[in-house]
Amino acid sequence: MAQQTLDEKLIWKELEKIADPEIPVLTLVEMKVIRSVRVQDNQVTVVISPTYVGCPAMDAMKDEIRSRLRDLGCEQINLETTFAPPWSTEMLDETTREKLRSFGIAPPAKHKGDLAATLAAPVPCPFCHSEKTHMESSFGPTLCRQIYYCDTCRQSFDRFKPL
Amino acid sequence: MSAEIPSNLPAEAIRKLLLAFADDELMLGHRDSEWTGHAPILEEDIAFSNIAQDELGHSLVWYTLLEQLTGRSPDSMAFERTWNEFTCCHFVAYPRGDFAYTVVRQYLHDAAEQVRLSSLGQSSYSELKDVAAKLLPEESYHLMHSQGLVERLGDATEESHSRMQAAVDAAFPQALGLFENLDGEENLVSANVFPGNEHLRTKWLEKVVPVLDAASLQAPVEAKNGRIEISCEPDYGGRHRSHTAHLKELVQDLQKVYRMAPSAKW
Repeated sequence: MAQQTLDEKLIWKELEKIADPEIPVLTLVEMKVIRSVRVQDNQVTVVISPTYVGCPAMDAMKDEIRSRLRDLGCEQINLETTFAPPWSTEMLDETTREKLRSFGIAPPAKHKGDLAATLAAPVPCPFCHSEKTHMESSFGPTLCRQIYYCDTCRQSFDRFKPL
Repeated sequence: MSAEIPSNLPAEAIRKLLLAFADDELMLGHRDSEWTGHAPILEEDIAFSNIAQDELGHSLVWYTLLEQLTGRSPDSMAFERTWNEFTCCHFVAYPRGDFAYTVVRQYLHDAAEQVRLSSLGQSSYSELKDVAAKLLPEESYHLMHSQGLVERLGDATEESHSRMQAAVDAAFPQALGLFENLDGEENLVSANVFPGNEHLRTKWLEKVVPVLDAASLQAPVEAKNGRIEISCEPDYGGRHRSHTAHLKELVQDLQKVYRMAPSAKW
């Protein structure tokens, strides 16, 4: 077992199984929270970048990473936080955005740094795809979401905040 | 993240700067959280609860950076110091007041954060630059929200206008406390760590005065030779640990549960 822990691929494979505690259809790897892995002697370093720094799920994520790697036989686990570059929804790829949509959360618009512009643009309903929607609240049930309402299918939905 | 301060930068003044940022965010986050379950409408309850959580998260980031420099944990910094060890400005510790005061305080703070964090993008201390780049987009959601409320409530009805004007009268001199000079600040400026509070205050005035004006709210300022000059007495003291009784009361509340069982694991 000890020999296997030195295998970066094996570690990635395990990390790819960890679901986001608030959006269980996505993994922390898909969410780009887990940025890189280094293995040196018996020490495994996982570099993570927080979504919102006040996100209370961060501790749960770290605990899950540690526990998975311990089960894999890793003894020295080091979690590093990086803000360079800062986590951004621009990092999420198309597959991830589609998974968010299928979960009922409107994916974050691409913003190229201009957050205000994305708030003015239409947000398609994740259920019926209508663009006749409006913002109900610029803050939502978690730090990363806003609340919208679809005027076509009359369903309220969350939107992942562009960051 | 290795935070060691390069030897050509003023370490002591940098620690003071980080502490001021951290303490300000912690106290404002606590005051904002007092609206959870009490805000005038559900959307504002959600908004201020979110903003509170963000501000507490931001204080955690600054305390974590400090921990890498001093070894003292964020929990210890927040829960084990006495009230007169904090270096927050008076502004962030005043009671939440009515909702107009809350909105105006949040707006004046958010605009200052925007100016402050943007300016740190040029900092010679790379950790400061990285943290600022991370916090800036999060803070911009606060600013969009609080500025939107100022614009709508400033001249909506007679009552909203008079409450908002009273809030500006009270909060404006207090907000100037965000820009109180720090000990050793000249070293931070000459080493390009931080552009200096006077510079930030000027930028802030250029930002907030036109917004208040457009919302029919009068700030205690005068235009002189194309510059905005302050015509009120700034509420200083917090950066030098001279606090009001409001901070004492806030810190008691903030630390109450922790002090009941300091060794408890959460």
